[in-house]
Formats: sequence, C-alpha cells, structure tokens
Amino acid sequence: MKPFTYERPADVTEALAMAAAVPGARFLAGGTNLVDLMKLQIEQPTHLVDVSRLPLGQIEETAEGGLRLGATTSNSQVAADAKVRARYPALAQAILSGASGQLRNKATTAGNLLQRTRCAYFYDTTKPCNKRQPGAGCAAIGGIYANTAIFGASQACIATHPSDMAVAMSALDAQVEIAGPGGRARAIALEDLHRLPGETPHIETTLEPGEMITAVVLPPPPPGGQIYRKARERASYAFAIGSVAVAGGKVALGAVAHKPWRARVAEQALAGGAGPAEAMAAELASAQPDGHNDFKLKLMARLGAACLTTTGAGSDQ
Amino acid sequence: MKTSFTLNGQAASLDLDPRTTLLDALRENLGLKGSKKGCDHGQCGACTVLVNGQRINACLSLAVTHEGDEITTIEGLAQGEALHPVQAAFLEQDAFQCGYCTPGQICSTVGMLKEAADGWASLVTEDLTADTVLTDAEIRERMSGNLCRCSAYPQILAAIRSAGGVA
Ligand SMILES: Cc1cc2nc3c(=O)[nH]c(=O)nc-3n(C[C@H](O)[C@H](O)[C@H](O)COP(=O)(O)OP(=O)(O)OC[C@H]3O[C@@H](n4cnc5c(N)ncnc54)[C@H](O)[C@@H]3O)c2cc1C
Ligand code: SF4
Ligand code: FES
Ligand code: FES
Repeated sequence: MKPFTYERPADVTEALAMAAAVPGARFLAGGTNLVDLMKLQIEQPTHLVDVSRLPLGQIEETAEGGLRLGATTSNSQVAADAKVRARYPALAQAILSGASGQLRNKATTAGNLLQRTRCAYFYDTTKPCNKRQPGAGCAAIGGIYANTAIFGASQACIATHPSDMAVAMSALDAQVEIAGPGGRARAIALEDLHRLPGETPHIETTLEPGEMITAVVLPPPPPGGQIYRKARERASYAFAIGSVAVAGGKVALGAVAHKPWRARVAEQALAGGAGPAEAMAAELASAQPDGHNDFKLKLMARLGAACLTTTGAGSDQ
Repeated sequence: MKTSFTLNGQAASLDLDPRTTLLDALRENLGLKGSKKGCDHGQCGACTVLVNGQRINACLSLAVTHEGDEITTIEGLAQGEALHPVQAAFLEQDAFQCGYCTPGQICSTVGMLKEAADGWASLVTEDLTADTVLTDAEIRERMSGNLCRCSAYPQILAAIRSAGGVA
C-alpha cells in the first residue's frame, strides 16, 4: 500500500472540505473494495476521509411513501430492514445475493454503488488496462476472461459493473442524492450515475470531483411482483455472471454492461402485451457478444423469462 | 496515528501507520495470532472477528477506523477455562482438520447466530417477512464467507447445528 493520511470528519460539510483540501483524497466507507484495491496499488489515494461514521446511517420513510437509505447504511442493515423486506423484496434479495455476511456488515450503500469492476485484467497489474492506465490498451479484448459486457461495450473497455444491489435499485427507479463542495446538492436517477466506457473507461460515474453520495431514495414500490435472480459459477459468495431484477413492469440486468442495464426495450415489449420470452428476445436483439461471452445471450434470455414468469410481468408462458 | 479500542474486554492503545489493517494490528502489534490471514482480500473468512458484536473481515478494515470499537477475537470468546458454546460445539463435532480456518469459522458462527436471532434473512429464506429458522441450507448460505481448505464442512455444519441451529 502507498502511504496516505487519514481523517475522520464529524459531518458532511467537514467531509467535503477535507476531501477538497488534499489532491488525491478519497472517501473511505466500509473499505471492502477500496482497501482491497489499495493493497494491490490499483488505487493509490494520498488521503482518506473516513465517511463511515457520518450521521448518514438511517433508513427513513419519505413523504412520497418511499424510503431514503442513508449513504452509510450497511448492506446488512438495509437487507434486514423490515420495511425493505416487505416493500422492496427485490432489493433485499439482491443485497443478500452479494458477497458474504461479513462483507455485507461492512459494505455501505454508497460504497456498493461505487465499487469497481472485477475484470480479471483490471486486477492483474502485469496486463494492460485502459481503466487502470488510460491509453494502455485492454487485455480483456481477445483475452480469456469471459465475464464481460454484451451491451454498451467499447473498443477501449468491455468490463461490467459487479454490484447486485445496484441492479435492483435500477429496476426500482432509485434516485441518488449527492452533496458537493460549497454546499451544492443535487439528485440524479440511479440510471444516470454510472457511465458506459466509451473512450474514457477510467471515468466510471457522473459524479464530479469531490462530490459525495449522501443517500439513495427509493420511490414507492411499483404495483406488481418483484424478484432478483443471479447466476454465478458457484452457489454462494461469487459475483454474478448474469442477473435480473424485476419490479412490476421494470426490468434491469446485471453483469452485462459497464452499468446496471435498464432493459427498456423489454419493458416496452411487456407493456405492449409481449410475453416473458418475447420481451427478453426483444431486449437481447441489440446485444453484442464478442464470441467469448456468447453464453450470456442464452443465460439472460432464460433467466429474464423465468423472472418475468414468476412475477407475472408478462402474459405468455 | 494513535488509536484506542477495547480488545477482548481490555483497553488497547496503539500508535499505527494508517496502512495497518485490523488483522495486522491484532497479529503483529498486539500479538494475538488467533485470527488468521488466509487471503488478505476478503475472500476466505479466516480473519473474521467481531466488532461491536458484528462479524467482519479484519483484513479489509484499517485499524485506525476502529477508534472506540469493541473488538472480540477468538482469544476473547472463552470465559477463563469455560469455552464459548460455539467453541465447545466445534470440539465436540471435530469440526476441523488443520485448524487454520477454525478461529474465523467460530467467530463467524457467533456473529451469524446473533444475526439469525435478530431475525435477519438470507438469500435462501423463502419468505422474507417470516421468522428465521436455521435449517442446514440457511447455515450453509450464511456461512459461505468462511472457506475451509480441508473441507471439514460436514462437521462444521454439525457443530453449528448443535450450537444454535434446529436439530
Ligand atoms: C470477496 C468479495 C466478494 C464480493 N462479492 C460481491 C457480490 O457478489 N456482489 C456485489 O454486489 N458485491 C460484492 N462484493 C463487493 C462489495 O459489495 C463491495 O466491496 C462493497 O459494497 C463496497 O462498499 P464499501 O462501503 O466497503 O466501499 P469502500 O470500499 O469504502 O468504497 C468503495 C468506493 O466508493 C467510494 N465511496 C464510498 N462512500 C462514498 C460516498 N458516500 N460518496 C462518494 N464516494 C464514496 C470510495 O471512495 C471508493 O471509491 C464483494 C467483495 C469481496 C471482497
Ligand atoms: S475490460 Fe476494461 S477493466 Fe478489463 S482490461 Fe479492458 S479496460 Fe481494463
Ligand atoms: S484473510 Fe481476510 S478474508 Fe481471507
Ligand atoms: S480445517 Fe483446515 S482449512 Fe478448515
């Protein structure tokens, strides 16, 4: 690990000021991703601003009938919350399908959203990676790692976003609340938080430098069933090779793109009376597998259709 | 950087390089070698300790973030000569071979049983709003963050079942 300095702010204003004061500063939440990457020197912050004890650990009802999840709520806390389990079961399932009990106790809502890709070449510092070193090239293109994108990939990067939680939040139309230097505050759709890689895969989100996530707001649950299902290479404690979240007529796919992939085409097909299989086929018609990850087409078609059938979101069998 | 926490009921104060993980502080600075370093990347569970009653991976947590916390390691579970019931169950069921994963398995079990007692669900819980019943499938899923290279899983499962699961 490279040397760094460490500070623990008392409130959001102080945290933003501390981060702004030191070039190369980063926020530290549960540390389960950042500390891991610092050990490998893939991340090299000069200064850590520990946000884990900020008073952002609450789950509150909103006036609209939804829930506001503070940025530092732990993944375990959100998944265990009675309101989340009763009203947003897809979110509880998505969180519970991720990592392990120990990791979920530390991992936070904001940290989970901002975790970095698990592309094997991003982790292998002997291989070129545009995300680690812009302009270096991409070892995954033509490489042997197959858990790569089938939607929205570029010539520069074919990595996927690994979060399970974010996929359910996408289907639930979550909003992300953001605080910035100088008291600026804004809210964006979760769908607009992560970027597609384009020519700049090292820029992963639309957060401005120094900005901090303060909460994720869930609107009231949509009418209809919810589910999150995840396919992986072993039964537990493994990242998704494909996942599906359904909330009413909303559908999002995981492990298929550089961001949680909102399946708008499938949603439109469902709204127009298509059945589960038909809706998934419509979505997957624009997928671009690379010869190595072709298995994801069949996987996502079946997983998606099964989820839509279970929730009753489509009309055919 | 000065850091103080409670370790197995005793006050501990350290002056640490902020890079020190909680696991390294426990093993190297405080001499408690019970918590093990298997992978150092959150992938095996050998370093599991309890922080304020919750199980975490000590290898991915910086020690300086634990100011004021109550930390319990495998060394702090027994009351004098009286083993913690989970330790006793592991002995009784012969739930180890080399023993390297065992401190993590035991600390993780203690944390997991509290989570179940608090009604937390797991991915294999059919009804997310129902009470928790620790079936074998539930125990396996909740303990998936602790790997055993010797594959003593049947005995580990038996120990956990007898310590707190359903018969
Ligand atoms: C072995 C292993 C298996 C895993 N399996 C899964 C899995 O199956 N599914 C899954 O979804 N995840 C999995 N994870 C990843 C885990 O979910 C993430 O590491 C965790 O959610 C990150 O949260 P954190 O609070 O620890 O973030 P940190 O590591 O503290 O931070 C992550 C990033 O977020 C930034 N950040 C944190 N808080 C804020 C804030 N409030 N505002 C702005 N920036 C912020 C940090 O600067 C950093 O860049 C796994 C991790 C491990 C180690
Ligand atoms: S796919 Fe992206 S993260 Fe993976 S090696 Fe290529 S540039 Fe790096
Ligand atoms: S040493 Fe911490 S999880 Fe393996
Ligand atoms: S007993 Fe040897 S690793 Fe578990």
